[in-house]
Order: sequence, then C-alpha cells, then structure tokens
Amino acid sequence: MFSEYTASELGAIFAMQGFAGLILFSVFVLMALGLAIIFGQMGVINMAHGEFMILGAYVTYLVSNLFGDLMPALFSGYFFVAMILAFLAAGALGMFVEWALIRHLYKRPLDTLLATWGLSLILQQLYRSIFGAREVGVTIPDWMMGSLPLTDLIEVPINGIFVMVLAVGISAGVYVMMYRSRWGQQVRAINNNRQMADAVGINTALTDRMTFGIGCGVAGVAGSAFTMIGSTGPTAGQQYIVDTFLVVVFGGAGSLLGTIASAFSISQAQSIMEFFLSGSMAKVLTLLTVVGILMLRPQGLFALKLRK
Amino acid sequence: MTNSANSKGTNGLSRRAVLAGGAALTASLFAPKGLRAADFPTAAVNTTGLAVTDDTVTIGILHSVTGTMAISETGSVQAEKLAIEQINAQGGILGRKIEYVQEDGASDWPTFAEKAKKLLVQDKVASVMGCWTSASRKAVLPVFEQYNGMLYYPTFYEGLEQSPNVIYTGQEATQQIIAGLDWVNKVKGAKSFYLLGSDYIWPRTSNKIARKHIENYMEGCKVVGEEYYPLGHTQFNSVINKIRLKKPDVIYAIVVGGSNVAFYKQLKAAGIDMTKEDPILLTISVTEDEIRGIGGENIDGAYACMKYFQSLDNDNNAEFVAAFKSMWGEDMVIGDVTQAAYLGPWLWKAAVEKAGSFDIDKVREASPGIELPTAPEGYVKVHENHHLWSKTRVGLAKPDGQYEVVYETAELVEPDPFPEGYQ
Repeated sequence: MFSEYTASELGAIFAMQGFAGLILFSVFVLMALGLAIIFGQMGVINMAHGEFMILGAYVTYLVSNLFGDLMPALFSGYFFVAMILAFLAAGALGMFVEWALIRHLYKRPLDTLLATWGLSLILQQLYRSIFGAREVGVTIPDWMMGSLPLTDLIEVPINGIFVMVLAVGISAGVYVMMYRSRWGQQVRAINNNRQMADAVGINTALTDRMTFGIGCGVAGVAGSAFTMIGSTGPTAGQQYIVDTFLVVVFGGAGSLLGTIASAFSISQAQSIMEFFLSGSMAKVLTLLTVVGILMLRPQGLFALKLRK
Repeated sequence: MTNSANSKGTNGLSRRAVLAGGAALTASLFAPKGLRAADFPTAAVNTTGLAVTDDTVTIGILHSVTGTMAISETGSVQAEKLAIEQINAQGGILGRKIEYVQEDGASDWPTFAEKAKKLLVQDKVASVMGCWTSASRKAVLPVFEQYNGMLYYPTFYEGLEQSPNVIYTGQEATQQIIAGLDWVNKVKGAKSFYLLGSDYIWPRTSNKIARKHIENYMEGCKVVGEEYYPLGHTQFNSVINKIRLKKPDVIYAIVVGGSNVAFYKQLKAAGIDMTKEDPILLTISVTEDEIRGIGGENIDGAYACMKYFQSLDNDNNAEFVAAFKSMWGEDMVIGDVTQAAYLGPWLWKAAVEKAGSFDIDKVREASPGIELPTAPEGYVKVHENHHLWSKTRVGLAKPDGQYEVVYETAELVEPDPFPEGYQ
C-alpha cells in the first residue's frame, strides 16, 4: 500500500501518526487520572466521571462567554482561568457528592456503581435544563487552534501539544501528591487498611472527601481541556466513560504507573491499527486484545500487593 | 371564489377550488376561517373513531426531548408546534382546531414503539409528527402498520423504505447525494473522493450510493478511501493523516452527533484550511443546528448538500424564519430537518382537505400529488412513493454559522427510495 509514496512522504506520515498516538495517549491519561484516584484508591466505581468532566467543559464555556463579553482584551488567556475554575467547581461538587451520597456506601462498593449511575443521569438532565439540549460551542482562542508546520509535510496541531503538556503536568502533580505528600501517605494508608488507619488517628472521613474531590477536580480539568477537541453537551460525558474505565481497569486499579502504562499501550495500539484498518475495526481489535489480556491477568497490568 | 360560495360547498369541486386558492398563497383573499366545521359533520369526516370532535382534532408529536437525540429533535418539535399554531390561526383543518398530545421517545427505540402505540390506540390521534433517527422510525413502523396510523417523518435518511403509513418529508439518500457529487465534479473539477462516516446504517448506505455514483456515473472519478468510526468517537487524527497521504480532491463526510464537533475541530487544528478547498470538504450531515456545537469558525469553508438552508432567499422562507424566531427566540437557528418537520402538519392539512376526511385511508389516497407552494424551501409535491419532490442545494459554510447557497438544482429532484443501479 505504500509503493506509490516517496520516502520523505512516508517518513512524514509516520512521524505525524506517531504524534497522533501521543495525543491520544495524553487524552487517555487526562481522562483516566481522576478515575484512577477515585476507583484505584477508594474503590468507588464512579459512573458519573464523564459528567464531572462535562461540568468542567461547561465551566469553560461560561468563562469564555464572560471573557468575551467583559474582557475581550484578555480573551486569549481565558483558558487558564477556566481550567482552574473547572477544577474548583468539579472538586466542590465531588466533595458534596461524597458527603451526601458516597460516604454512606463505603461498605457496599458495588452499590456505588448504581448510585453514581443515577447521579450521572441526574447531572445530565440538570445540564439539559440549564444549558439546553443542544451542544454549546466553546470558542477557543485562536493561538490554540492552529498548527505548527515543522516541514512541508509535517504539521503539528497546537492543541495536541497543549493536551500533552497538560497531561504531563497533571500526572506529575498527582504523583507528587500521592507519593510525596502527607495527604497521599494517608490515602495510601487508608487504601491498605482502613480500620488500622482510623486507629492510628488518621481522619479517614476528611481524607476520603478530599480524595474524591481531587479526583473529580482532575476530571473537571480534563473536561475543560477537551473542549478543544470534542463536543460540549449534556450527554457528551458518555463518550469518555468506556475508554476511561478501560484504561484504569487494564492498568490495574490502584496503580498510577499502571494507568499511564495502560493508556500508552491502548492508545498506541489503537492509533497504529486505525492507520492500517478502518476506525471501527481498530476499536474492535483493541477491545478484544484488552479482554484477552484481562482474562489472563485479571488484576490488570500493574497490581499492588495488598494484605486484606 | 368568495366565502359564501365555499360555505355552501360541501361538494368535492368547491373544496378543491378552495384548496387551489389557498395553495396559491392567496390566503389573504379569504376570511381566515375558510372552512367551517358545520359543513363537515364529524360523523362524515371521521368514520373510524379517531380523536375528532366538532371543534377539534387531536394529533400526536413523538420526538425525543430527553436523552442523546434531544439535541437534534428539539428543533423538529418546535417547528411542528409552530405549524400547528399557524394552521389554527388560519381556522384549523375542516373548521377544527388542532390539539396535540406530545410524547417523549427519550432517545430509546422501544420507548418510541410503546409511545406510538399509546398515541394510536389510546389517544386515537389522527396523525403523528415524529421520529428522527432511522432506528426510531424502524421501531414504530410495525405499530403504525398494525394500527393504521399516519406518520410524518422529517429527517433526510437512507431510503430503501416506503410504507403506506409514512410520509417522508425529508430527502431520501439519492436526492441528497447525487446532485452534490455532480456539482463538485463539474463546478470544482473534483476527481478523487475520500468517504468518511459514523458507523451505522445511514452513513453506510449513503456512502454506498455515493461510491456507486462516483465509480459508475462520473467519468474519470474514483474513491480513494472509505472509512467508518463508531458513534461518539472523538479522535480523528489518524484518519486525518490518512487523508493527507491519499490527497483526495474531496473529503465526503457523513459524521454525526458529538463526533462531528471533534472531527471539524481536529481537522482545523491539523492545519487543513477548508477555505482553501484543498481538499474540498463536502458533507450531508451538518445543518445549521450542528454548526452551533461545532463553532462556525471551525467549519468555515466547508460545503453541505441538502434541500434547505436557513439563508434561502425567498418570501416563504423569510416569513417562516421570522415566525420561528418570534415563537422560539431570536438566537434560534433552523436546519434542514427542522424545515422538513414544519412541512408535516401542512402536508397533512392539505391531504385532509383534499380528501374531505380525517380517515387514514382517505388521507393516504389523497396524499400523492399534494402540492405545497408555501413551503419555506419552495414548492414541494408529494410523490406516489410518499416522498417529496424537492430541489437539492449546496451551501458554503460561513464563520457566522450560516450557509451561503452556492448552487441549486434547476428542477425538482424526483425521490427514488429504491434506486436501481445503486444497491
């Protein structure tokens, strides 16, 4: 299939395709980090993860309108404000949900699946009532929408670079919080043995609320970033939920490194296959491979050894 | 024709004359209440027990106002309610005001079937304006055929269907596709095409027709790629790279829903400037409604091929757009399907008046040949096969989210739901 192209064309295409794979990787990491914190560390199956992402997207939409109306001079920079507000809004809603709903279900982890699924339906209808059933168009500053021509053939989308930088930054931030901070130590202690953590004086209730809030906040930032590449509508969160769980479960719940490794392998496999096969077929093969590997290794790629 | 003549006129001739007069957009010559209920006794116009009283007739509206499809179907509901209100303001149908029962299909196909049955069996509605996706139409079809209802279906769709119980007010695939392909070939000199779509029946059937037409009827033209992505797919960088490699003259895109937004944003981010027309982007799935989600600046320079654009310049459309906005808000946009949904109640009214009866069988018999010169898209006519004769147009997307009409077929395009040589 490549005989009709020159070597430089092929090189350019492979470079761009490799880059497409890296963008997909960053998108997966952003989607999955919030869930990896909540599902991995707390064991809560958060089906409303996508709706928390969309909350971030709607916040971005509101901020972009606000800047467009009131401060057009600063419009090109609104995105950073929007991401911070998205984190705060989604985090605050997450902490509220933990307080009102999730904390009553820690002893029944499977019920969290049903409860958060109900929550996702409620949030979808809420978005529909507030913002309307139609998708909203988020205006992205011009500097973020173009591409950088590296050579005649290779063009790199700027929003792709932005998503990659963001993914690296947030991963680093989560890593530091998880493994280098007192809060992270407490979270891991609770994950290892809740009763013992309680007994040694860790405020498990507060830590849980913080953890859930931060997980949702990260989802909010991801949703804010995805306004550059995807749609913003009441049900748009559903587009992400399957891939998100796929990445987290495949990586091994509870392992941050596992989530990143899994995002990398799934995204590369998918983007390489998409190039040689049709899009639907690539998806089918990716899913089949994941199912196959999970049958052989149910705990996922990287699993923590826990004493239960 | 005077009002007194038509108050005497219970015979078919006079009714037909009234219709012809109304059809010529000379409604102002008549007193608004042209037909009086007393001239059409309920027992005579309703022999099958439909919900028709001496003053009212009840119809159903069946769309999704919750769930994924609410994004698309909201416009249709609004257009249908506008048409009903306008018909009532002109005196209703056979002197009877239209009332409606609205049911929510909730983007769930079995729910559509259940609600259709409720409308036909329990509410005994005289007709139903409804459905959007092909899946919902396929789900209600057996219900409409079993209980003998009449459905006015607004969406452009893949064809390959013709039910005695459905009037299709949108275009079937060949009407929408062929004119656009011929245009891009003749006017823009395009020779190679990359077909792309979401993975379900409408894009696949449409691309099949497009491929047959390109390969068999367009000289020297070829398809260089054909590809489908799952509904809701949000990553199009790989296919954009493949398109770069194949260098087609035209990207023929039938991507729908949220994927649409992702596709056009990523196309722009990848440095493909559609205003340069290298390649040309031609779509049949992006109406003004979808552009609101995509953002006008992201689709600037793309061409869309369908039968209606909000920017169409004619008196009917100017009136329609003004009425729609005054009823639903200034910031509303009107897409192809919304306009087709607006035709439903008017086509039904014309058929009922031609038949002089609400009976489903008589309305069905009267439907072929119904003309609607007042349609916002311009004159349309119901074909024997229950689809509409209509013109096909090509629009150029502008940054403000509207299309500029750059081409329209000289003649009405005949609907051909079972196209020979294309299957």
